[in-house]
Amino acid sequence: MTSSATGEKIKRVLMYAFLVIMSFISVFPLYWCFVSAFNTSQEVLGGKLVPGGHLAENIQHLMEQQQVFTALKNSFVNTLLVVVLSLTCCSLAGYGFEIYHDKWKDRVLGILMLSMMVPFVALMVPMFQMFSAMGLLNKYIGFVLPSISTPFLIMLFRSNARAFPKEIIEAARVDGLNEIQIFFRMFVPTMRPTYAAAATITFMNSWNSFLWPRVIMKTNESITMPMLVNNLTTGYIIDYGVVMAGVTICTLPTVIIFFFLQKSFTEAIAGSVK
Amino acid sequence: MSNSEQTKKPGMTMERRRSLTGWLFLLPGSVLIVWMSFYPMVRAFLVSLMRGKPTALEYSEPLWRNYQYMFKDKVFLTSLKNTFTYLIIQVPVMLVLALIFASLLNQKDLKLKGLFRTCIFLPCATALVSYSIVFRTLFAYDGFINAILVKANLLKEPVNWLNDPTGAKAVIILALIWRWTGYNMVFYLSSMQSIDYSIYEAARIDGASPFTQLTKITMPLLKPIILVTAIMSTNGTLQLYDESVALTNGGPANASITMSHYIYNTTFVTSPNFGYAAAMSFMILIMVAILSAIQMKVGDKR
Repeated sequence: MTSSATGEKIKRVLMYAFLVIMSFISVFPLYWCFVSAFNTSQEVLGGKLVPGGHLAENIQHLMEQQQVFTALKNSFVNTLLVVVLSLTCCSLAGYGFEIYHDKWKDRVLGILMLSMMVPFVALMVPMFQMFSAMGLLNKYIGFVLPSISTPFLIMLFRSNARAFPKEIIEAARVDGLNEIQIFFRMFVPTMRPTYAAAATITFMNSWNSFLWPRVIMKTNESITMPMLVNNLTTGYIIDYGVVMAGVTICTLPTVIIFFFLQKSFTEAIAGSVK
Repeated sequence: MSNSEQTKKPGMTMERRRSLTGWLFLLPGSVLIVWMSFYPMVRAFLVSLMRGKPTALEYSEPLWRNYQYMFKDKVFLTSLKNTFTYLIIQVPVMLVLALIFASLLNQKDLKLKGLFRTCIFLPCATALVSYSIVFRTLFAYDGFINAILVKANLLKEPVNWLNDPTGAKAVIILALIWRWTGYNMVFYLSSMQSIDYSIYEAARIDGASPFTQLTKITMPLLKPIILVTAIMSTNGTLQLYDESVALTNGGPANASITMSHYIYNTTFVTSPNFGYAAAMSFMILIMVAILSAIQMKVGDKR
């Protein structure tokens, strides 16, 4: 009896040890990156684990080497445009597919969903051709256009629209609201958590996107933060303190969103497959 | 508004009017997907049959010439092999780890549950480029990992991880597991919440070990979601780009390059060859389709 109890105890200790080690491994690289932004290149490589006093110096060097403000501005404008436009477009579509669904609309949805399986890289060459023909290289709208309508967000809004009570719609119709008004005045306010979830994941995806801006942003004035961060490591002499300062600046917005909106973020990830 | 005018129109029933309104709602989103996804897909196929400079593309003779060339192209074959190495090693390890984390964190009496979950999920908040560069720095020759391993006497001298074909690939796999395990765990955790906890209690009373509980209760019940994560991870791994660029830059000498990275290089670096790049990207599309179909078939049978 006592031996099995000690066995249980040992098992529990081992389990907690495992979880602590895994949590440590998960957090460590990020912690190390933030700390390294405060240290010199030498200290970074040497493995200094506490922040030093070189943050200002690193950021100053970073700004001498790269157009940090331009990249930050571009990333914010690109990302906010994508969030606003894609939430509007996909919530309208998700609502339409669910509330007015009939045989034909369901078929259309089925076909659109196939595009979820299309890897972006398969479209890279024709997309580049299309966007340069339309004169959209180096422009915000060029970055935004392919991300506005995604099957992922349409599905998220559609599955959440299913829970929207039909009686509200009927009552609103009786009250004389037209269909557009019903959407904006009834649906949008009640779906706030869904919008928050969609906004969180869209922000993360757009902010972090790298391949697409690399395809169409060809000037120094149009680069985004991930592109800037990647540029930092292409020189002959790499100052790791500066690199980590750049990585930290690039990572802060998404990490802040992660901590404040973790619930929305998990809902968005898990909600898409319900 | 237009609605009240339409009401007066004879022959336009309420049903029909609503159906048309519905189409209006979904029109912008649908048009954009067709324009930004299906149309380029058709064009990608057409371009994949062409040769020549980007400004003077012509249909090649024979039409499938780009596809033929692929199997003689050593770099393409390396990138194909690398991508599948990443797929075969990383995806199963990651999904099993994610399942283990999820079932540990699903225990009712676990303390600090929220903290563990947040920590394991945190890597998802980082940009792919950012974490690639962090790993690249950690695994540099004069970097932190080597310093620690040498200090702990686990290594006699520093290993040049990123300059070794196997080492570079291993670091990419480690980095991928670090970045994506928490992401997949979230799927499993949210599905586990719908499993009645009393099943586990009953199993424990019957003397089932945690491992048996995982394989006999959790995994069969989570089968659909495991399938979804497997398909998503496969799809993602076949498209790996950021890590190949920012962590190893494909090196040493293309030893760790992924297909997407090679396609990007063929499209934009040195002498651009749009036709050949399109042909290779079409191969990825076909592979994604085939692998997903296989996974769905296997998932159905089990």
